[in-house]
Amino acid sequence: MEYANPWQRIMRWVTTTNHKDIGTLYLMLSLVMLFIGGGMALIIRGELFMPGQQFIDPSFYNQMITLHGLIMVFGVIMPAFVGLANWQIPMMIGAPDMALPRMNNWSFWILPFAFTILISTLFMNGPAPNFGWTFYAPLSTTYGPPSTDFFIFAVHLMGLSSIMGAINIIATILNLRAPGMRMMKLPIFVWSWLITAFLLIAVMPVLAGAVTMMLTDRHFGTSFFNAAGGGDPLLFQHIFWFFGHPEVYIMILPAFGVVSQIIPTFSRKKLFGYGSMVAAIAVIAFLSFLVWAHHMFVSGISLGAELFFMYSTMLIAVPTGVKVFNWVTTMFRGSLSFETPMLFAVGFVVLFTIGGLSGLMLSIVPADFQYHDTYFVVAHFHYVLVPGALFGILAGVYFWIPKWTGHMYNEAMGKWHFWLSVIGVNVTFFPMHFLGLAGMPRRVPDYALQFTDFNMVATVGAVIFGFSQLLFLVNIIKTIRGGKPATDEVWEGAEGLEWTIPSPAPYHTFQTPPEVR
Amino acid sequence: MALRGLFKKLTFIVGGFCFFPALYAESALNMPRGVTPVSRDIFDLHMLIFWVCVVIGIIVFAIMLYAIIFHRKSRGYKAAKFHDHITVELAWVIVPFIILVLMAIPASKVLIKMNDTNHTDQTVKITGYQWKWRYDYLKEDIGFFSNLSTPQAQIQGKEPKGPYYLLEVDKPLVLPIKQKIRLLVTSNDVIHSWWVPQLGVKRDAVPGFIHESWVYIDEPGIYRGQCTELCGINHGFMPVVVEALTQADYDKWITGHKQQAQQAQPDKTWTKEELMTLGEKSYGTYCAVCHQVNGEGMGDIYPALKKSKIALGPIKKHIDLVLHGVQGTAMQGFIDQLTDDELAAIITFERNAWGNDTGDAVQPSDIRKLRKGDES
Ligand SMILES: [Cu+2]
Repeated sequence: MEYANPWQRIMRWVTTTNHKDIGTLYLMLSLVMLFIGGGMALIIRGELFMPGQQFIDPSFYNQMITLHGLIMVFGVIMPAFVGLANWQIPMMIGAPDMALPRMNNWSFWILPFAFTILISTLFMNGPAPNFGWTFYAPLSTTYGPPSTDFFIFAVHLMGLSSIMGAINIIATILNLRAPGMRMMKLPIFVWSWLITAFLLIAVMPVLAGAVTMMLTDRHFGTSFFNAAGGGDPLLFQHIFWFFGHPEVYIMILPAFGVVSQIIPTFSRKKLFGYGSMVAAIAVIAFLSFLVWAHHMFVSGISLGAELFFMYSTMLIAVPTGVKVFNWVTTMFRGSLSFETPMLFAVGFVVLFTIGGLSGLMLSIVPADFQYHDTYFVVAHFHYVLVPGALFGILAGVYFWIPKWTGHMYNEAMGKWHFWLSVIGVNVTFFPMHFLGLAGMPRRVPDYALQFTDFNMVATVGAVIFGFSQLLFLVNIIKTIRGGKPATDEVWEGAEGLEWTIPSPAPYHTFQTPPEVR
Repeated sequence: MALRGLFKKLTFIVGGFCFFPALYAESALNMPRGVTPVSRDIFDLHMLIFWVCVVIGIIVFAIMLYAIIFHRKSRGYKAAKFHDHITVELAWVIVPFIILVLMAIPASKVLIKMNDTNHTDQTVKITGYQWKWRYDYLKEDIGFFSNLSTPQAQIQGKEPKGPYYLLEVDKPLVLPIKQKIRLLVTSNDVIHSWWVPQLGVKRDAVPGFIHESWVYIDEPGIYRGQCTELCGINHGFMPVVVEALTQADYDKWITGHKQQAQQAQPDKTWTKEELMTLGEKSYGTYCAVCHQVNGEGMGDIYPALKKSKIALGPIKKHIDLVLHGVQGTAMQGFIDQLTDDELAAIITFERNAWGNDTGDAVQPSDIRKLRKGDES
């Protein structure tokens, strides 16, 4: 596009209502946040390289773990999936754009402000939020630093953005499908996002409620979470995890969707069990509302509650297993090739399964008494979020970037990126299982001597993983600037409406709806 | 040294983890089997679910690996056409479900046992504080605080680290073996969590609520654990140490502890040197984590005491601040945590160390007077 002056060039992005532009903005924000949150992770791992205080004090350490968690969850994983949704959903269902384009613009442009506010707390007088991303009361209320109020405001903004984005996605999928695109013909990525969007609408207001109650506890004399005033600190945990557990699935269901697009493509074979895949996502989403207290097994909830939440949590393994078995069966007797998106998708299936299995171990309440709040849990959720959610995103970007830019990415560099990432992830997080079992609590800035070896290994892994993401950055920039032209179909086994339009995808697509047989 | 240990461990993992389950189970890589019936039950459950997961993982990954090796386009393999199979799809709903039910049965049994706090022999109340534990023996009328005893110099790397770095306290919780002891866990400020892996006990300490747990220790020994709920800056520095004694030794400890309490001389006048010696030690335990050994503090939340208005100002205000803390800041009141001797010594130390040469000496009797004043 030609611009008369730089101002116009900037305003194009500020005022855009185009789903492709907004998708790009979301993905760019996520990329920037990935390096900020990743930098914090490296600071944490650096401090933990050896026992003893190295270069940051415990106060700053707590601020780092808090912001690392918040940025990775709300600033990297969630915006990246919304970015993929913005780019892909209209193209996959044959819609000209998202259903509510102006709201789409708003739901993105709230985010940079939210994260500016959140990160600005680091530069304030007094500590930034330092109570962990789970911000348990009363550590975050009575004992929270003044910057907590900025954190509350930032969380409200993020919630607003997510709810608007979710409404938009639901409206688009339900109303703008091309003629003949029945619900049971929807690409599985679209299905996964439809269900995720309902989860978002259900739980983001709960999060907003939690932070609002914090705010009134802090400043207006209420005592929701203060036993001295008739409240209950555990009420906070119930509310937080009623949001928090579906949130976990908000971060993984779209990754299921991405992987379910990629594996059939590079297996040159239809997805095995489309119907059961959709059903599995729906069942997981439903169960996610019934398992929240499994984060609270040692908090003193009653025996009856512990039994109920143990059974409901174990039950989630069933639909999750269905998904994994279906992916493997899709590959079985396919005609496989391993381009970078497929590598990341296969890496996802293997490593996510490891994370899922350690999750199954965590569901056994008596055992959880030993696992809870140790590095075993840190290992578990990093396995589902890094080689899980993040690999899902990386796979999706490699898969669709030829369609977005019209250029093929550098395959060799992509493969290097994958192998270094896989090695880095496992070297970082696998030893954490042992650390947790041997008794190292999470969120400690220093540790006893017997934990030294595995912490050193983990730090080495984190450095490998962190720096190998620079390959991704370079590869993306080079692909945007140029590279081998991509065909319309891009991948040999590709199926779906997005592969019928030219590469790069024109600024406006499907202004006349395609006919789906 | 650490690196060599590392290589040893790596070979150990590769060898032990995959092929020698017994080896793996006994190494420090795994959860400790512990010294209580509950911890052993937990361990058995843990190993059972672990092997279930390993078997499932191996089956799934083996099939996948087979496809990855043999069903490649580069080998000229042609894709099959199937994409649905009702029986197969039903099978992998039903089979995992049955495995889960089989798993849930022993897990529920252990859980029910863990929740049975009836018929206990005695009760110890555990209270979490930022950042220490307090133990009260309800039957014996004994109560004391348990603080990290690792010196700051070790944490800062100015001294070599001892073998129990960060896992050592000044006064451990002493418990008799072969008794069912009820633990009442609560907190004074934020949520903490009391955990000793060897005992298989982890319980959140929630302010305003008391939660129950229990422990029955089989063998005498020293068992170490840590706070496992993020509770502020020194969350990593509030270990739990339990010393389990035989009944005879335990009784001796109880009498010894009571005698010690009686022997204190309330009316003794201390010399400044005595105050400074005790003061330096107590300051190191209770104050230095925040205000630092050199008295220079950390940023705005933990103000410096060296050349500070408080330490150089009126004594009364200084004492009041240490006794009652400052509302809305990290400074807590120490009136209930420390003895008159310790308080007097710490305040004397703060007013004379690091070039704060006020020359003041605060006597324990001064503190006692203020304490009485508070109560009237
Ligand atoms: Cu604590």
